[in-house]
Amino acid sequence: MELIDLTLVWAVIIAVGIMMYVLMDGFDLGVGILFPFAPGEDSRDKMMNSVAPVWDGNETWLILGGAGLLGAFPLVYSVFLPALYIGVFLMLAGLIFRGIAFEFRFKSSRRKQWWNAAFAIGSTVAAFAQGAVVGTYIQGFAVENMTYVGGPLDWLTPFTVLTGLGLVVGYALLGSTWTIMKTEGALQDWAYRLTPKLLLALMAVFAIVSVWTPLTDTYVRSRWFDSVSLIWLLPIATLFLAWRLWVAVQRRREYMPFLATMGIFGFTYLGLLASKWPYIVPPDHTLWDAASAPASQLFLLIGVLFLIPVVLAYTAWNYWVFRGKVSEEGGYH
Amino acid sequence: MELDPLLLSRIQFAFVVSFHAIFPVFTIGLAAYIAVLEGLLLKTGNPVWKQLSMFWTKVFAVVFALGVVSGLVMAFQFGTNWSNFSYATANFMGPVLSYEVVTAFFMEATFLGVLLFGRDKVPPAAHFFSAIMVSLGTFISSFWILSANSWMQTPGGFEMRDGIVHLTSWSEAIFNSSFPYRFAHMALAAFLTGGFVVAGVSAWHLVRNHAVEANKRALSMSMWLLLIIAPLQLVVGDFHGLNTLEEQPVKVAAMEGNWERGSNVPLLLFALPDQEAETNRAAIGLPGMASLILTHDINGVVPGITDVPKEERPPVALVFWSFRIMVGIGILMIVAAFAGLVLRMMGRLYDHRGFLQALRLMVPLPFIAVTAGWFTTELGRAPWLIYGVMTQAEGLTPSLTGGMALFSLIGFMLVYAVVFVVGIYYLTRLTAAGLTDIEAPPEHPERQRPKRPLSAADTPFDGDDLDFTPLRG
Repeated sequence: MELIDLTLVWAVIIAVGIMMYVLMDGFDLGVGILFPFAPGEDSRDKMMNSVAPVWDGNETWLILGGAGLLGAFPLVYSVFLPALYIGVFLMLAGLIFRGIAFEFRFKSSRRKQWWNAAFAIGSTVAAFAQGAVVGTYIQGFAVENMTYVGGPLDWLTPFTVLTGLGLVVGYALLGSTWTIMKTEGALQDWAYRLTPKLLLALMAVFAIVSVWTPLTDTYVRSRWFDSVSLIWLLPIATLFLAWRLWVAVQRRREYMPFLATMGIFGFTYLGLLASKWPYIVPPDHTLWDAASAPASQLFLLIGVLFLIPVVLAYTAWNYWVFRGKVSEEGGYH
Repeated sequence: MELDPLLLSRIQFAFVVSFHAIFPVFTIGLAAYIAVLEGLLLKTGNPVWKQLSMFWTKVFAVVFALGVVSGLVMAFQFGTNWSNFSYATANFMGPVLSYEVVTAFFMEATFLGVLLFGRDKVPPAAHFFSAIMVSLGTFISSFWILSANSWMQTPGGFEMRDGIVHLTSWSEAIFNSSFPYRFAHMALAAFLTGGFVVAGVSAWHLVRNHAVEANKRALSMSMWLLLIIAPLQLVVGDFHGLNTLEEQPVKVAAMEGNWERGSNVPLLLFALPDQEAETNRAAIGLPGMASLILTHDINGVVPGITDVPKEERPPVALVFWSFRIMVGIGILMIVAAFAGLVLRMMGRLYDHRGFLQALRLMVPLPFIAVTAGWFTTELGRAPWLIYGVMTQAEGLTPSLTGGMALFSLIGFMLVYAVVFVVGIYYLTRLTAAGLTDIEAPPEHPERQRPKRPLSAADTPFDGDDLDFTPLRG
């Protein structure tokens, strides 16, 4: 058992799980964020149809992440959740409302606009709350004796509002490029027009965060500026993909915009991890401080290693079945 | 008034978990019923079984989806409100609760889809197998949840090091002392819930002369099941109580409203326990019966609430009355099951309108009984969070303020009120629509989407095409 560092294995599992969640729930939350701006009810039907078969599988990763954190990194679970108490509530309420809207909008005719509102507001609130979590993570937590000792609104600062809005914009970009990939005609044209604006907004947030963080966080500053290292490739790759996305939209490519956006998320995420590594509850606690007992990590690992291939296979199959454009007549087949 | 974060967190947890629990307790019973129906269909080929199975699978899909939505909060609530508890017990609670999630998702990823949407796409035997696996999955899920809860009631297989739970034996922790009783008690409660819902809905359709042949069969089956399960639950409940008497004597004392340890203790039928005065007002009881039931000896010694100091006592009146509500409904269920047997022997089971209407009205009772049972066992554990190890106050999130707790409590109440109203409204429409003709194409094809639990139900959310008059009449 000493041969393998279980904590490291779990760190990889959780990191991959969060990435899966952000990418996959990201585009369906993004569709919800863009919902009120869509050109007409018919477009809304198509947008919702494009994510309906997959959205709940996407949220699987969130619950798995929550339970997995309790099992593998209890300190993260028992610091992040109290510190983000109100944010977590808003996220859950948002996710519940949009989940219910998914189910009942299709079965409803007279009350459709209510479900539209629930879907859009729920998605936006959930996305903002998740962005605030990222900002709070960068900001760090007031922890004494392995317990959160900060106030109820420490998570709500100008910086976390910025990261919250940043993730709303980012998810919206995932949503608009997803819409490009999955639809045709007027709706696709609308998404093509929207995408560059969202990209510019997202790049503006990136720029501000990239200046703000090193100025206020000495650990991050020394990680990036003490010596020139390979991590500088990450923002360069992000900028390259942003340029590819811009060009792809001009050339009206259908798949490239979404792939490039996923890449932007991926490299940004790696950049974030690289900034803070190995601190999982900044500023003082590392992965190993936050870990549960090896016996518990091992016990849980057995089940998860069995599960992950099944969930991945199911997910892949699900996306394969619903590949291609959402059909024109508004059917769900 | 000073807002107490502990009290508010307890109310919030009770609210969320009570609201959530009514869905799984129903799906566990219903999944088993669907598996039986699929088995009968495979064996006999009688389309009546198919008709019933298709109908109840739709109901199952909706209830399952509501359970998942309401359960999302549970996965985070341990951390937001009970972070000290979460941190201290993560070595046990983390893996156990994660395994529950793993089971649920494994099931959803595989067999649930086949059960809901694969009827015409896979061989009948494979469909039957999926039904069995879904049913098994619901039991495995409840296995982990009840193991976690039972460990909090009767902790075992661990040692405390620096305030952190470290496991010394996984099997002793998972199969702790109260777990087998709780699991059996809860499994039977799930069957009772499923049985009474199926009986009530079938009875309602018989009153309205809908799909008479299928509903007669469903009613007959569920009444046979209830005839066995309802009395059996009394016996299992008794064993569960004896385990509690041994492990958590104060809880039993509160359930019986017995303040002073003593022998020849009466079984109280009515009382108003007074926590401050340490006595009951207006007590009416059967002499010696509590001693007889608990110790199987009329002079047996029953523990008293005053065995422990004031600050270690549970809220007696709430425990006392929750327990009586549960037992009262349980007895009513046994009466209903035997009344059904008598009517069956008289040949009146399917046309005695009074009995059929009574069954319809009984549909909410198992849900109330389950909730009351959980209130009994959870409040009876107070002030302990982990019995004898950690109090609720010690487990609370230190940074939590009364204002925050009140904010989330009101918020969750509003969110769940919407979910509940929408869910119950839709379920009522679904059951009112009843068993459709299995050969007819779906009524509303445009409302169907693939592979989502709720898309298995095709009843529209609004519109006036359903006959609701019997609901009001």
